[in-house]
Amino acid sequence: MTDLQITTPVPTVGSSTAVVDDETRGAAGLTAKNVACWFGTKKVLEGVGLDMAPGQVTALIGPSGCGKSTFLRTLNRMHELVPGATLAGEILINGVDIYRGAIPVTDVRRRIGMVFQKPNPFPAMTVAENVVSGLKLSGLKVTKSEREDLIESCLTKAGLWNEVKNRLGDPGRALSGGQQQRLCIARSLAVSPQVLLMDEPCSALDPTSTRRIEQTISEISESVTIVIVTHNMQQAQRVSDRCAFFLAAENEPGRIIEEGPTKDIFTNPRDSRTEDYVNGRFG
Amino acid sequence: MFNSRSPSRQWTVRRRAKADPVTSVTDVVETNALEKDRVTPVVRRGKVDRVYRAVATLSGSIVFVVMALIGGFLLYRGIDALRLSGWGFITESQWAPDMGGAFGIAAVLPYTVSIALVALFLAVPISVATALFITEYAPRRLRRFLTATIDLLAAVPSLIYGLWGLFYLQPRLITLSKWLADNLGFIPFFKVNEDFGTSLGVFPSSTFVAGVIVSLMVIPICTSVMREVFGQAPPGEREGAMALGGTRWGVVRDVVLPFGRGGIIGGSMLGLGRALGETIAVTLIISPSFDAKWSIVEQGSNSIAALIALKFSESTETGISALMAAGLALFVITLIVNTAASSVVNRSRSGSATEI
Repeated sequence: MTDLQITTPVPTVGSSTAVVDDETRGAAGLTAKNVACWFGTKKVLEGVGLDMAPGQVTALIGPSGCGKSTFLRTLNRMHELVPGATLAGEILINGVDIYRGAIPVTDVRRRIGMVFQKPNPFPAMTVAENVVSGLKLSGLKVTKSEREDLIESCLTKAGLWNEVKNRLGDPGRALSGGQQQRLCIARSLAVSPQVLLMDEPCSALDPTSTRRIEQTISEISESVTIVIVTHNMQQAQRVSDRCAFFLAAENEPGRIIEEGPTKDIFTNPRDSRTEDYVNGRFG
Repeated sequence: MFNSRSPSRQWTVRRRAKADPVTSVTDVVETNALEKDRVTPVVRRGKVDRVYRAVATLSGSIVFVVMALIGGFLLYRGIDALRLSGWGFITESQWAPDMGGAFGIAAVLPYTVSIALVALFLAVPISVATALFITEYAPRRLRRFLTATIDLLAAVPSLIYGLWGLFYLQPRLITLSKWLADNLGFIPFFKVNEDFGTSLGVFPSSTFVAGVIVSLMVIPICTSVMREVFGQAPPGEREGAMALGGTRWGVVRDVVLPFGRGGIIGGSMLGLGRALGETIAVTLIISPSFDAKWSIVEQGSNSIAALIALKFSESTETGISALMAAGLALFVITLIVNTAASSVVNRSRSGSATEI
């Protein structure tokens, strides 16, 4: 992994069988097979199977507490960091299981990046250092010019370059909330992830910043597969290609009720609960 | 609870200057509130609140009172000796107030500081590593066990450390002293007087041995403070670092250590305060010397606290006064170190979570 340019070859968008020459570069397909999750003895997720095709945006929707964030965190092995959290089933990236030792866990997380609900730039670092922090964290070396190119290209992709190009030496915390979140996206992109997981990335932001991030999502989705958890139905409609609706009945683990192209989920859902939810009748 | 003196004019925006040509909404609400009409919010406290407040204030001020009493007492008792010696108290290295001779802290103070520095030099790296192991690497059960053990270590009386150090550690430690003198003798700290050669006999009761024993007492204190601060490193930043493919070490280096910097410095300073004042263990280990020297491995050392403990029972009136003055010097130095420590800890951003 010496070449860290983000200009990775774009796989054929929309074709779920797209195969990239190099397995660790370019948008990758992610597959969940029969995933179940527990926190201690409490089962919070059951029988979840989902195909997240390369280069597509998949939105996970559903009321609070239905397990969609938990599911998202199983996709890059963040789930296991919670004490007492366990899971069953398989998660495959380009067909390779991420839980059974075929890929080192740090590689899993580098290839499957994550953007959190609250912007969390590293406060001890400048804007520029934040962007390339992932390289240092995962022990990758780049030359000075590569580093500068990477900072510019990632910030550009995250739609932040013009706003911060003269403030690269400022602390990351000096930016506004929306800018911080885009800085976190740029930071994730700098390690050339194949999949980017977003856990309600706009829920702490104002409408303008939200628009800006949605724009970023649609711009980067060609080169990286995106899975986004959102409570905002309009946002799911605007940004996603496919949608999965999660629901947990009382005292039962969450499941996927319905999954399909976003348009169908919103205009022609098969399940009445989906219809009720997307039309704002509960949740 | 707001009490306005002019009820009819409450909550008015202060009037714009007359010259202001802009007619805005605030001008529409035309009032003639003047500066003298401004409200002073009156807070009426309930009885319980007042009592609680009085008790808390009293308890809080006791700290200052005790502090002032100690300082005042030392100054009062030591002033005679200070008058007698003048500036010599700082420049003189001998200690012979009882025979009417000269006395000063020019040797005792450097020894005190160097014992403390040796202790800190060993304690800080060990404490940082221990605290990191507890917060970052240890499995949960081991973590609890280790934390309890370290707190227990802090509770062991220093006399016990002193005895153990004297009879068990020192005979083993001087082999290391000899090795340092033989191999690193070119550094002034590890040099010994050639006249004696480097037989093991010249190494006991040195600054180095005392420093090692004191470091054992300082480690639990430093570790406790650092563990506390490291444990507060924001989970959001930790997860962010993990999600970038960060290794454990990467997370420690880029999130935990920058966050815990204040804790490391503060913990070290608290340890330094403790090391400067350590008495009984140092008294047991050292053989008092009143000639300041660079070597830390060679026999002979001293400390203000040990000096006071050793001389107190056999001193005349002038001697006691001189010891009080030395105590005052120690008191002031410890005060400065601890004040510096708390200001550093307060300035660190420990406790501020990932907020927008």
